[in-house]
Amino acid sequence: MRPAPDSVFPALERLLPHVAKPIQYVGGELNAQVKDWDAAAVRWALMYPDAYEVGLPNQGLQILYEVLNETPGVLAERTYSVWPDLEALMRRDGVPQFTVDAHRPVAAFDVLGVSFATELGYTNLLTALDLAGIPLLAADRTMDHPVVLAGGHAAFNPEPLAPFLDAAVLGDGEQAVRTVSELVRGWKAEGCPGGREGLLLRLARDGGVYVPAFYDVEYLPDGRLRRVVPNRPGVPLRVAKHTLSDLDEWPYPSAPLVPLAETVHERMSVEIFRGCTRGCRFCQAGMITRPVRERSAPTIAAMVDAGLRATGFAEVGLLSLSSADHSEIAPLTTALADRYEGTATSLSLPSTRVDAFNIDLANELSRNGRRSGLTFAPEGGSERIRKVINKMVTEEDLIATVAAAFSAGWRQVKLYFMCGLPTETDDDVVQIARMAREVIATGRRVSGRRDVRCTVSIGGFVPKPHTPFQWAAQLDHETVDARLALLRDAIRADREYGKAIGLRYHDGKPSIVEGLLSRGDRRVAAVVLAAWRDGARFDGWSEHFSFSRWMSAAEAGLAGTGVDVDWYTTRERTETEVLAWDHLDAGLDKEWLWADWQDAVNEVEVEDCRWSPCYDCGVCPELDLAIQVGPSGRAVLPLSVAGRA
Amino acid sequence: MQRLRLRYARRGRLRFSSHRDFQRALERALRRAGVPIAFSAGFSPHPKVSYLSAAATGVASEAEYVELGLAQRREPDEVRAALDAALPDGLDVLEVVEAGPGSLAERLEASVFRLELPGVGAQRARHAVDALLAASTAQVVRMTAKGSRTLDARAAIVALTVDTAAGEPVAQGADCAILRLVVRHTTPAVRPDDVVAALTLVDDLVPPEAPRATRLAQGPLDVATAQVGDPLAADRS
Repeated sequence: MRPAPDSVFPALERLLPHVAKPIQYVGGELNAQVKDWDAAAVRWALMYPDAYEVGLPNQGLQILYEVLNETPGVLAERTYSVWPDLEALMRRDGVPQFTVDAHRPVAAFDVLGVSFATELGYTNLLTALDLAGIPLLAADRTMDHPVVLAGGHAAFNPEPLAPFLDAAVLGDGEQAVRTVSELVRGWKAEGCPGGREGLLLRLARDGGVYVPAFYDVEYLPDGRLRRVVPNRPGVPLRVAKHTLSDLDEWPYPSAPLVPLAETVHERMSVEIFRGCTRGCRFCQAGMITRPVRERSAPTIAAMVDAGLRATGFAEVGLLSLSSADHSEIAPLTTALADRYEGTATSLSLPSTRVDAFNIDLANELSRNGRRSGLTFAPEGGSERIRKVINKMVTEEDLIATVAAAFSAGWRQVKLYFMCGLPTETDDDVVQIARMAREVIATGRRVSGRRDVRCTVSIGGFVPKPHTPFQWAAQLDHETVDARLALLRDAIRADREYGKAIGLRYHDGKPSIVEGLLSRGDRRVAAVVLAAWRDGARFDGWSEHFSFSRWMSAAEAGLAGTGVDVDWYTTRERTETEVLAWDHLDAGLDKEWLWADWQDAVNEVEVEDCRWSPCYDCGVCPELDLAIQVGPSGRAVLPLSVAGRA
Repeated sequence: MQRLRLRYARRGRLRFSSHRDFQRALERALRRAGVPIAFSAGFSPHPKVSYLSAAATGVASEAEYVELGLAQRREPDEVRAALDAALPDGLDVLEVVEAGPGSLAERLEASVFRLELPGVGAQRARHAVDALLAASTAQVVRMTAKGSRTLDARAAIVALTVDTAAGEPVAQGADCAILRLVVRHTTPAVRPDDVVAALTLVDDLVPPEAPRATRLAQGPLDVATAQVGDPLAADRS
């Protein structure tokens, strides 16, 4: 048994006066846990591959951190991407990638669990491995190195990272990380039979873990995949995702981390349900997290109470993909607003759909705080395109909702849209200007004031695996940019309303790289490596992202394969084509996805299965579950927040 | 409204936190500890917390000051204990007193700093200090977000000595000169690293490692003795 590794803090401390925001590397956050190294049989380093300010608030990582640390004999610490200024100094001084909890070298842990919310974090993984002294290629790792395990939504197609990952877990991580920990513990206790391969085989056979090395990918002469097949006995043909069936049994995070440094979210967040029934065709999150499983109102309220006491945050966020859809949302928000009245605690519901939105709800939410702005996501500018994406918002719904909001005292509305949706035309995007105009006109009329504002935020659409749009051609970035310019001009040309409408957008190039990584296969790994070697890091940050670097990397990395960036992005797939992620099972029936894709192109809408009959997407029978929605029939007990101290 | 004045320390690793970080941490600690802080009126209510001149990020301190307005009366020592427990270790609330008349800000006339220069011997340090004290001015350049700024580091120095007290911690057995600096609060403020820059300027002293500074005290200045007094003394009586 190796001795506990020394803290790298003394060496790190000397570097901190020379870097930006040094406090992000110091640790010691409220509710951080440092367990005894020697008392643990299984040790995890959990990573969010982005800067601390983005990674620390991430709920997924915080949930796993608590679940693991609560497990006897298991220890978990956290690590994040270091900024390039510290990276350079760490290389110079030989300081390895470290955890912020006890500043231990990441390479000393048994498992490095990395949560990928976005593909743009891939190069940051390579930096972390390199700084940790862990070989980039899984094939080169020995018993001295941790198992590098990916999770998060991007793990539903981890193929562009396949050579760098030992393993991936799809779906809910809570139970899965306990299972993995048990398997690691057993393997270690038995003296590590079979070495690294022996452990990975156990994970693949008994843990529901995807081990890329246990699958071979064969290609057709024209570049398409021929098939993906297991190369070891006992390894499943398709790897299924993990699904937690009762969220009430997993009330995490119970004591969220409170950073000293500034982070992107500073609130007590509770996930009120997982999954989504709306069926928006572009939305990977909604598709891969099915079926819906609600937390009951009493559990949510208890989590909010415990969490606020443990943190002192002044804001509560009720999170999900479509929060107003929770079957108990109205009584829940009223009960919470009542409970926290007079305590200067604000409540927010970050994702609300226009047609489910209830102004009373918004008014309840803002009872204890300020009324700043409301956000909606129509996603498409014309009714036609909204039918294509199955986002059933009529213009009447939007205007009626906005009217009610403005007359209740709200002053600002933010609208999210996408550019490059399948079948989209210039007109679909230019119509957004008209919608925004209507919003302002309505707002001025019902409020009697001129100072109402509407912000339009529009991003490039990237087709994602495991959605009905996984066959779609992504729109090339030149056309995206041209279309956005038309929208911008249409808004600016409007003398009456133009000044009241704000427009936020990015150019189309980063979306192409995201598209390459999203629907990439194992050949794209060479591109990721080449881009990283050329200095790619923090690709989600505009100050670090370089399109030309990625295009050069793609040319070099894909040379001789017969495929290129366009093949992965702007090419429409065929029905019978083997997709790089077909061997990974999100629970959805591929035939249903294809049928829904056809419906999309024909502008046919599908109902929300929460309120209407099932349309057989495949998830429930496959997982032997049904959607779990309330009401729970239990009231949120009135808890008074008595004055303390 | 009960007005309280408190002194807190920023110690160890937490010297890398910024003043804004402390503000957030304090506001959360007040909520967790259930301290009944008063709020301002109006559209966007703010908690009644006033922060007084804070040491720069990277500088530790034994004497930072904050004023609180409470909506209900509390025993100052209870508040001290509750806040100290609610704040992370390294942000330590050392004393809380009920505010008397007069402005606390006006009493903060000067600071005493301890400056550690790892890798620099006491002899060498003394040479540089003598050179700086002999100079009439020392125009140093500080980089700020808005570009570079020049200020006279010499003018604000009231006293600067090299300590040779036994038992001083020395970094890993190597030389580490310890300086004691008394500096007036000027505008712009002269910080410990400005004084180090002045030593470089007048005597080519370039410390091989980043110096470590700790504010030991801030308060009213007795010019005759170069002593800095306790700014809460007037509230205690």
